[in-house]
Amino acid sequence: MTRKLALRVGELVLVLLIVSLGVFSLMALLPGDPAVAILGAGQPPEAYADLREQLGLDEPTFSRYLDWLVSAAQGDLGRSVVPPQSEVVDRIVSALPVSLQIAVMGLVMAMLIAVPVAMWSAYHEGGMVDRLISAGTFALLSVPSFLAGLLLIMLVVDGTGWFPRSEWVRLGEGDLLGNLHHAFLPALTVALAELAMFARVLRGDLITTLREDFILAARAKGMPPLRVLFSDALRPSSFSLVTLMGLSLGRLIGSTVIVEYLFSLPGMGSLVVNAANQGDFPMVQGAVLVIAVLYVLINAGIDLSYGYLDPRTRRAHV
Amino acid sequence: MPMSELTQPEPPLLEAEPPEAAALAPAAGADAPAARPRRTAVLLGAGLTGAGLALLVVGLLAPLVTVATLVLVLVGLVLAGAGGSRLGRAVAGPGFDLTYWLAMAWLVLLVGVALLAPVLPFAEHEDVASTLLEEPFARPDLASEHPLGTNGFGLDLLARSVYGARSSLLIALSAVVIGTIIGGAVGLLAGYFQKSVDRVVGVLTNSLLAVPPLILLIALATVLEPKLRNIAFSLALLTIPSMVRLARATTMAYANREFVVAARALGATRGRIMLRELLPNVLLPIVSLAIVMISILIVAEASLSFLGLGIQPPAPTWGNMIAEGEGDVFQEHPQVVLVPGAFLFLTVFAFNLVGEKARARWDSRSVKL
Repeated sequence: MTRKLALRVGELVLVLLIVSLGVFSLMALLPGDPAVAILGAGQPPEAYADLREQLGLDEPTFSRYLDWLVSAAQGDLGRSVVPPQSEVVDRIVSALPVSLQIAVMGLVMAMLIAVPVAMWSAYHEGGMVDRLISAGTFALLSVPSFLAGLLLIMLVVDGTGWFPRSEWVRLGEGDLLGNLHHAFLPALTVALAELAMFARVLRGDLITTLREDFILAARAKGMPPLRVLFSDALRPSSFSLVTLMGLSLGRLIGSTVIVEYLFSLPGMGSLVVNAANQGDFPMVQGAVLVIAVLYVLINAGIDLSYGYLDPRTRRAHV
Repeated sequence: MPMSELTQPEPPLLEAEPPEAAALAPAAGADAPAARPRRTAVLLGAGLTGAGLALLVVGLLAPLVTVATLVLVLVGLVLAGAGGSRLGRAVAGPGFDLTYWLAMAWLVLLVGVALLAPVLPFAEHEDVASTLLEEPFARPDLASEHPLGTNGFGLDLLARSVYGARSSLLIALSAVVIGTIIGGAVGLLAGYFQKSVDRVVGVLTNSLLAVPPLILLIALATVLEPKLRNIAFSLALLTIPSMVRLARATTMAYANREFVVAARALGATRGRIMLRELLPNVLLPIVSLAIVMISILIVAEASLSFLGLGIQPPAPTWGNMIAEGEGDVFQEHPQVVLVPGAFLFLTVFAFNLVGEKARARWDSRSVKL
């Protein structure tokens, strides 16, 4: 077990190193001189020289990578090259909580909708409602999140005026209700992208579970259907759902990025998209590195948690 | 026999049935008697289809309020759908799946029109200078010169959607082909040689998977020029890891089967075993994954264009057309979002459906979507 864990950690470190090398060497893909590519042509020569100095472009590539990696590990990701040339780390620290809140709220809302829908559907398997729900969730799988977000804005914001379109109230400034009010629609958009998959997978597993003998026993004892569904059927059916939540983390991050851009929320998504549109290179590098590291660590955490959730997987593979 | 009565409709569990379900219930009940004479079924199906299509046409053409149009179109669609599948089942047997055939028809139509777009009589799709006299934001009107309306520059939305299909499909298809070839080959090698080759390939695929897909695309878009070739290359990179994994797992499942052992005992070379014995078995699951992948890539490309990082306007893609509706435009001119949105949705839906069908048939390990 210890040896497996050590191997696992070793591979994790290796993957992180390769990713950091990849993020660093993105700049090598820029055509021509990176300083010219970032600033554009026609600047005074000193400006290029300054930027080259700031980015350390005059040094050999490998020592530049080491310098960058060491300062990144110490929490210094350099400065943005777009005015106001703020510290990349500061911007990321202020943007990250917004994204996390949207993603987590979206995930929770997706579960809150998906679980009852899947239960109804599985309990009435083959019925008209089940077929409508199955068709509906399959259709929902094909709606990209930016389209869903725009349609929600069209129907809810313009239709009713209940929700704001593009402001944000920070958490921790006392106004929790205001924050939730502003986060609701973006989170709902994220939830729409996730819930169809959740509902479909949970429905499938629930249908299998509901055919088991212990469910028959519970029903024979005269337990009410809701009790059977929630306390007997849900837990044994939720294993694929947990796996799926891990697998769909990448999509969750993607839809959070799009939703932030769509609702102009000051999160990581807007940060990285705007930086990419402005050619703000250090910002893109820093943000991508932070997102990738978080993503790898969360995934590793989910992987490890399977061992606790389901003892059968402990010996399955390294 | 496990409890079959659980699948029977029980007293309502959570809430009352929605009205549309109640309205459709009698129609569903008519399915049950298998002995219903075939002629009646055909007539009923044809009648329903006809009525549905008639409602659809009335809904689209009659000068009605938006809500009434929507209701008519929806009811028409549902009726035509129910009638069509009834008709199909009566004529072609109980395995007939109308949605699948409609999806195939849409894909064939879309590919055909996209291929022939330059020779078809479409209005202007890209050159802003030539549409100075056209009406901007013309409403969709099937009888007019711009059946689906125009955008803010007077460019025809139907023509733009069709040209958008050209770039979307070209990018997604070439990315899938590149990704499948590279990923499949690498996965086959890793699955066959295992040991150290497998370890190295594993670490590399894990590193590619370590960056969330859209973030990887955005990072690449920052440095690469937004050209068709570059976007296809970036998207191909996204498909490689899952292709490698599937090819590797399938190869490993076959690597010790009798026919492979027999081939080896007969003195076949490694290359021959991989190409002639393993590849044919790995191919079908990979191709079915590739079909599902196409829809994921179409969405990814559209997302990138929507964020302003893909093909740049005025060249049309579905993503940058939808982005034109951002801000306040689409409140007043919903067609700017809805037309490319409908093209995108229908295409993704069709590829999902066809891909699911292919996976259910060819990939025994497939996970239910």
